[in-house]
Amino acid sequence: MYNEKVMDHFLHPRNVGEIENPDGVGQVGNPVCGDIMKIFLRIKDGRIEDIKFKTFGCGAAIATSSMVTELVKGKSLEEAMAVSNKVVAEALGGLPPQKLHCSNLAADALHAAIEDYKKKKAN
Amino acid sequence: MRRVYLDHAATTPVHPEVLEEMLPYLKEEFGNPSSIYSWGREAKAAVEKARTRLANLLGADPAEIVFTSGGTEADNFALRGVAAANRQRGNHIITTKIEHHAILHTAEQLEKEGFRVTYLPVDKYGLVRPEDLEEALTPDTILVSIMFANNEIGTIEPIAELARIAKSKGVIFHTDAVQAVGNVPINVKELGVDLLSLSGHKIYGPKGVGALYIRRGTRIEPLLLGGAQERKWRAGTENVPGIVGLGKAAELAARELPQRIKHLTELRDLLIEGILEKIDYVRLNGHRTQRLPGNANFCFEFVEGESLLLNLDLAGIAASSGSACTSGSLEPSHVLTALGIPPEIAHGSLRLTLGRNNTREDVEYVLSVLPDIVAKLRAMSPLTPGGGKENV
Repeated sequence: MYNEKVMDHFLHPRNVGEIENPDGVGQVGNPVCGDIMKIFLRIKDGRIEDIKFKTFGCGAAIATSSMVTELVKGKSLEEAMAVSNKVVAEALGGLPPQKLHCSNLAADALHAAIEDYKKKKAN
Repeated sequence: MRRVYLDHAATTPVHPEVLEEMLPYLKEEFGNPSSIYSWGREAKAAVEKARTRLANLLGADPAEIVFTSGGTEADNFALRGVAAANRQRGNHIITTKIEHHAILHTAEQLEKEGFRVTYLPVDKYGLVRPEDLEEALTPDTILVSIMFANNEIGTIEPIAELARIAKSKGVIFHTDAVQAVGNVPINVKELGVDLLSLSGHKIYGPKGVGALYIRRGTRIEPLLLGGAQERKWRAGTENVPGIVGLGKAAELAARELPQRIKHLTELRDLLIEGILEKIDYVRLNGHRTQRLPGNANFCFEFVEGESLLLNLDLAGIAASSGSACTSGSLEPSHVLTALGIPPEIAHGSLRLTLGRNNTREDVEYVLSVLPDIVAKLRAMSPLTPGGGKENV
């Protein structure tokens, strides 16, 4: 059902956890549909210095969360905003068609966390 | 790696004695039971022997057994056949919210065709309340269909009482007993049901064969039209090897039933007690005692079912879940929802169904790996109480 790369990220997720006093936090999804993803950011000099995630969801939800953190760690905020759901799914070598809605979460949560950082900074 | 199959509600392995009886009918005994020469007569005799064996398991008359392609066809046959034959008498059908989709989707289709369907609720254990059935019956009611035991949570319904209520109003009573046959004692005469569906592959028989018990005199029309097979109740050349296999499986079920119940109940209770003891934030779904001997179903809070299944599979354990991701829809199981379980908790369901080949060691193995899997997923979950500061 899932390819090897997805299974690798599902079983050995990168950057799981939380960041204390994060610069930005984003959460998307809802428990009713069975997927919730939360991203924590540490930003330094306009770059993502550290990123962690916590996810409640299926194999695809966990794997996409893991992949998105790996894709944007060390990247500028602009580069991170350019990472779309499609990019995450492709980086994983594809997802089963019925799982593509799960992959939407990963980039959305990242973008929500970046927006949260920008809002905090503006205040 | 150790492999433990705990999904017997999905399907069971063919019993070696069943396979042995089937083999000649896939080889030299290939005749069509409708043919008059020796090949045909021998095939016909094999089908009738199987019919008698199945009738004996159910306490039925052999003439009341109609072989089908499986449980789904038997359910379709029962609902559509009764609806078609009784349309002049009324257009109301009663079933429940927790039926198998073979019933629910057929009932929904009948609604589109002009029938009115009442879906009875269940209590928190999944039990239908007899008073709800009494209240739902109207002069227009032509059929009541209530499953014998639920495929997800294993709850066994009070079928004899429910059938008595329907029959007292002259209403035909059907039960989908696909999960119950071979796991609990069933006597159709004592139960008072008019129609009963069953499937071969749930009782160590082959896939692609099932049956509908039709009490003599029940007003029903056939589903499939064509040749005169099954005394015109089910057209189509008989699946002779499948029917022979189902007959043998029924004979074995009748013979082994007391041992099977004892064995499965012991293992099930060991599994339930072990999981409730070793894991926090877990609930048992279904009734504690009024349930199938081999069924254990839980909800683990803060984790999602598919993730559980994938991890169990890696540990060699086959199980199933009612989570949206495993049902192919965005909603969790309709059965768990009907029990009043909130969706976020229903997503974390796990069904473990035991079979005759499982051992205490199998259960102990599950109890040794499951707590770590749940802990690992919870450490990743944003829903875990206390926020879960730990990193993995």
